[in-house]
Amino acid sequence: MKNKKKIRVLIAKPGLDGHDKGAKIVALALRDAGMEVIYSGLHQTLEQITQTAIQETVDVIGLSIMSGAHLPISEKLINMMKEQGLDDVNLTVGGVIPHRDIPKLKEMGVAEVFPGGTSFEDIITGINKLFE
Amino acid sequence: MIRLIEDSDPSAFEMLKLLYPHSGNAFIIGITGPPGVGKSTLIDALILEFRKLDIKIAVIAVDPTSPISGGAILGDRLRMQRHATDEKVFIRSMASRGQKGGLSRATKDAAIVLDAMGYEIIIIETVGAGQGEFEVATIAHSTGIINIPGTGDGIQTVKAGILETGDVFIVNKSDKPDADELVHHLTRMISMRKPFKTNLAKTNWTARVLKTIARDGTGVKELADTFLSHFDFMKKNSLLDQKRKKIEKSYFTSLLKDLILKKVLLFAETSGEYMEVLNKIQSREMDPLSAAELVVNNICVLKSNN
Repeated sequence: MKNKKKIRVLIAKPGLDGHDKGAKIVALALRDAGMEVIYSGLHQTLEQITQTAIQETVDVIGLSIMSGAHLPISEKLINMMKEQGLDDVNLTVGGVIPHRDIPKLKEMGVAEVFPGGTSFEDIITGINKLFE
Repeated sequence: MIRLIEDSDPSAFEMLKLLYPHSGNAFIIGITGPPGVGKSTLIDALILEFRKLDIKIAVIAVDPTSPISGGAILGDRLRMQRHATDEKVFIRSMASRGQKGGLSRATKDAAIVLDAMGYEIIIIETVGAGQGEFEVATIAHSTGIINIPGTGDGIQTVKAGILETGDVFIVNKSDKPDADELVHHLTRMISMRKPFKTNLAKTNWTARVLKTIARDGTGVKELADTFLSHFDFMKKNSLLDQKRKKIEKSYFTSLLKDLILKKVLLFAETSGEYMEVLNKIQSREMDPLSAAELVVNNICVLKSNN
């Protein structure tokens, strides 16, 4: 009967990028790991993503980006999250992310980066680790 | 705040006590129906209509929790994302977390929070579990039940549950064949559910049947108007007070159940008697029915002795 605190994750697809198979599959994997996953749908503006994160009180935002624009998108979103006081929300980024960009993303304040090919296990462990 | 409620955080209980006096102004609409009939899409269209009237609106969308992993995919919201940046629209997804009927006490608690925050209309969307999940009527002032054509014959519409709780019946995807037939069945069903007394008919709301196509918004304005006129009707005929009393009673009962269960489980953890009785049940020395009676009686006696 004990209620363990559940991790709530928003999986979001920003911008014009129209491939969400990966995002949906990751959402399923997180569900099976006992998390509550909100999927935003395609073509979200960063304002929509931030507002959704507020209304849904999520612990993690998982951005899925295949368009190559991960650097500017992440930077903008982090600024917007700061403005809205979402300091306790972790931002993670997945999708088509070249390895050389990972340090840059982390420097901006992205908590974890899961480039294409990361196993579900690694994603789940990575997210769980944020709450240890 | 809603997060604290979901996690059963003790501080939420205390905060709700403070918020409760500020609630009671919102009109709460429940939307229910089987999976895939278009509940979320229709609510999205309803938001648009209510926003045209400049009504502040909140949505609580409940989706099922997996009984296996305890996780959930909350996918109702994605059909309503165009309202995400509207300041007067608040959408919150909740996982059912293993409660039957798709509506947990947490839903009611969350509705109290949103009500106290000043949202004028609160729409509660249930898990699309199908038959027997009409619990939403114990929270909502007005209940809309969505159906689509082609899901069964007339008998489906006269089964228990759906008969008693609907205030508005919606035939969505009404551009599909057989929509008129479903409307006909529902209308006939409603005409039969009334007690055959004419003096009652004047003060009783007659459930409406409406056709909609949520995707393009056909019929949605009429639907929004119908909900509002139901609210007016209830106000005028003092039905709203009756309904509120009912809702408060059922909330109180569910609180009692939760608190008593907590106490009993605490007792179970701390008392030797519980283990003793459990052992007796398992070794078949005692039947579980007398055992449950015994344990509950003991707890109640303990309390009154104190």
